[in-house]
Amino acid sequence: MPRQKIELRIRRQDSPTGSSRWEEFSIPWQPSMNVISCLMEIRKNPVTKQGQKTTPVHWESSCLEEVCGACTMLVNGKPRQSCTALVDNMPDGPITLEPLTKFPVVRDLQVDRKPMFEALKIVKAWVPIDGTYDLGPGPKMSAADAELNYAFSRCMTCGCCMEVCPQYNSHSDFIGPAPLAQVRLFNAHPTGRMNAHERLDAIMGRGGIVDCGNAQNCVEACPKEIPLTEAFGDLGRQTTVHWLQSLFGK
Amino acid sequence: MAAPRIAIVGGGLAGLMAAIKVAEAGVAVDLFSIVPVKRSHSVCAQGGINGAVNVKGENDSPEIHFVDTCKGGDFLANQPPVKGMCYAAPGIIYLFDRMGVTFNRTAEGLLDFRRFGGTLHHRTAFAGATTGQQLLYALDEQVRRHEAAGLVTKYEGWEFVGTVKDDAGRCVGLTAIDLRTMKTKAFPADAVMLGTGGPGLLFGKSTNSLINSGSAAAAAYMDGADYANGEFIQIHPTAIPGADKLRLMSESARGEGGRVWVPRKKGDARPPRQIPEAEREYFLEEKYPKYRNLVPRDVASREIHNVCVNRGLGIGADGMGVYLDLTHIPRETLKRKLEGILEIYEKFTGEDPCDEPMRIFPAVHYSMGGLWVDYEPTKDGFIDLGSPKNHMTNIPGLYAIGECEYQYHGANRLGANSLLSCVYAGQVAGPAAVVHALGQAKTGAGTPASVFEAAEKRWTGRFAELAKRNGPENPYKIHEELGIAMLSNVTIVRENGKLQETDAKILELMERWKNATVLDDGQWANAPLSFMNQLENMLHLSRVVTLGALARNESRGAHFKPDFPDRDDANWQKTTVASFTPNGPSFRYDPVDVSLCTPVARKYD
Repeated sequence: MPRQKIELRIRRQDSPTGSSRWEEFSIPWQPSMNVISCLMEIRKNPVTKQGQKTTPVHWESSCLEEVCGACTMLVNGKPRQSCTALVDNMPDGPITLEPLTKFPVVRDLQVDRKPMFEALKIVKAWVPIDGTYDLGPGPKMSAADAELNYAFSRCMTCGCCMEVCPQYNSHSDFIGPAPLAQVRLFNAHPTGRMNAHERLDAIMGRGGIVDCGNAQNCVEACPKEIPLTEAFGDLGRQTTVHWLQSLFGK
Repeated sequence: MAAPRIAIVGGGLAGLMAAIKVAEAGVAVDLFSIVPVKRSHSVCAQGGINGAVNVKGENDSPEIHFVDTCKGGDFLANQPPVKGMCYAAPGIIYLFDRMGVTFNRTAEGLLDFRRFGGTLHHRTAFAGATTGQQLLYALDEQVRRHEAAGLVTKYEGWEFVGTVKDDAGRCVGLTAIDLRTMKTKAFPADAVMLGTGGPGLLFGKSTNSLINSGSAAAAAYMDGADYANGEFIQIHPTAIPGADKLRLMSESARGEGGRVWVPRKKGDARPPRQIPEAEREYFLEEKYPKYRNLVPRDVASREIHNVCVNRGLGIGADGMGVYLDLTHIPRETLKRKLEGILEIYEKFTGEDPCDEPMRIFPAVHYSMGGLWVDYEPTKDGFIDLGSPKNHMTNIPGLYAIGECEYQYHGANRLGANSLLSCVYAGQVAGPAAVVHALGQAKTGAGTPASVFEAAEKRWTGRFAELAKRNGPENPYKIHEELGIAMLSNVTIVRENGKLQETDAKILELMERWKNATVLDDGQWANAPLSFMNQLENMLHLSRVVTLGALARNESRGAHFKPDFPDRDDANWQKTTVASFTPNGPSFRYDPVDVSLCTPVARKYD
């Protein structure tokens, strides 16, 4: 029996420096709604449950099919993409929406995930090709290797793993699970491997792989089921070998 | 001589490819995007990218790819750029392979290819069913490398609002609004390139991302850039109906063997798997024995529409749906080749498509039309890649690439040609803009600062005026009404009476837009303020689409009028070119260069 009304509790904040407050909304149920379509309903008539006029809720979203990562927020306390948060799958009672807590709030439900993109620069998350002119085919790769790498290349920089990682926070230098997994990806590529040492150097110091506390929350939270903890085990071995090699000279 | 700079707007496949090409030439790039570029709409492309690499012993070739593309587009595209694209395609796929895209592989470790619509060859390279995402990420990584090296400066969270032109009418920069501070700023540039995507939002719900408003292209049109073939809107045959969006169910599902059917008996309410084979109508296979389920998208969408609306055989409570069946294919094969789309279907419907036939219906997907752009042909029918004319709009110095321009797909785009056309456009337009920019930079003094000050003042004033609006209308409701009108009347079947009604509706909405309120008087991250501005642009662009469709009394590709059911080459083998006037679009019709591939009747049976 679907609910008649959808109740939402939304944590709102007007600016990065402002304080936050809760607002409640009540909107009519329609078939196949998700959290985004609820927010769209609210902006067509931005009035709280108590009848107070308010501003439309601010949020970030784009693809609405869980491939862009934009609409990540806390839905009932859990980090996830709000586009796949279907109302009919939610438990009874109000749905609470809050911004991610590990990134600065821009406004309402939008946060600034720039640190994640910056981290991709630090770990050199790319294959250093000579140029984009036509140089023929790339290296051969087995179907199995390609499939495993594909799992890692689906990371959409959404931030769920960062949100649940106890080591990733404002008083730690830890770079976080998502960029580390990209080191695993590029070090496995036949061309990317040529620069593996540069990526390993980047994650061997403070804030790197040793700061992972092995809480394993990340792998639970990842919406794309990326085998993050396996990657960190592998990176642990890679950095150890790299350290020994540099110790005894290649 | 000042060091040249090129501004690129849009960080999808086209914009990022162009940015890399420009940076490789040693020229600085300012890259503008309303979202972090890694979240651009290219991520939604699923099935793959075409290129006649010919690894399946089928004697495929770029020439056959070219012929398939011309025919798929019902011979409305100028042919030299299409030929250039198809011949460049294998090299483009290899390039992505070198960048590390995790394409599916054969047993030997080579790139695997699958079938797609409108061709009989295995020509589509793919990375699971999230190929667009994977290609975009590869370019995003390469751009980040250039960014780290200092040649690319990103302006993410900035929205293009208009071009800046000098007294001679040349584009010398752009104005953009910072979507956080809501401040406008003019940026000088020796060339400006728009790669701002399609206009799916004109139709309310579509397979497009929420950022695909078409507003940037419309703003360029209102600044004097011509808009070509706007009436050609692709309706994808297979999408998952939804309240907020119609989610794409990739053509690759049919490329891997998916079959489309309905029960033969009207109103047959049995669960699909209990309906025996003999009581199912595989209507595409029966009518098109050669291409079967892989007819081009316009053909498949019209057939589904016919089965549901005219014959009443559709499934579901409203009869608006057909089955797309994968259940005869082993689960392991499906997971390996289609995982991304199976996951989407399951997450949004709760049903596992490996066990249950999917329920799908057509949805607005892609605009073949877009900003008019030029090209420089060579004598042998290719493109002169040293020319600054390639991809330049009729405004000197303003370029357009990707879905926001019109060049490659004619009246209907073939599946898996969109990623290709975006990348190829970026590869061609980047160097063209560099040639233009170097020429501009050489002319010396540059544009006086007053030109940029005036542009900034104009836009600051415009947003201040919009912010003060306090009428009774809600802009999001106006948009909803626009979407309903466009979706009902300007999609699969078009009737002149309905098109006239739609234009009247758009004019009504334009009046009501003047009485809309911005809903939010905040000075920070005010999304409704930006939307008010976009909405006006979208209304103007909707008229281009609707009136273009009204004028074209024939049926060609995605444009179908039951009252004019045939293609009419004598009168309509012409490019529609719309120019902005304050009273609405004015149209002219240009001849199409069909010198390389002779038009024939478009048959797939």
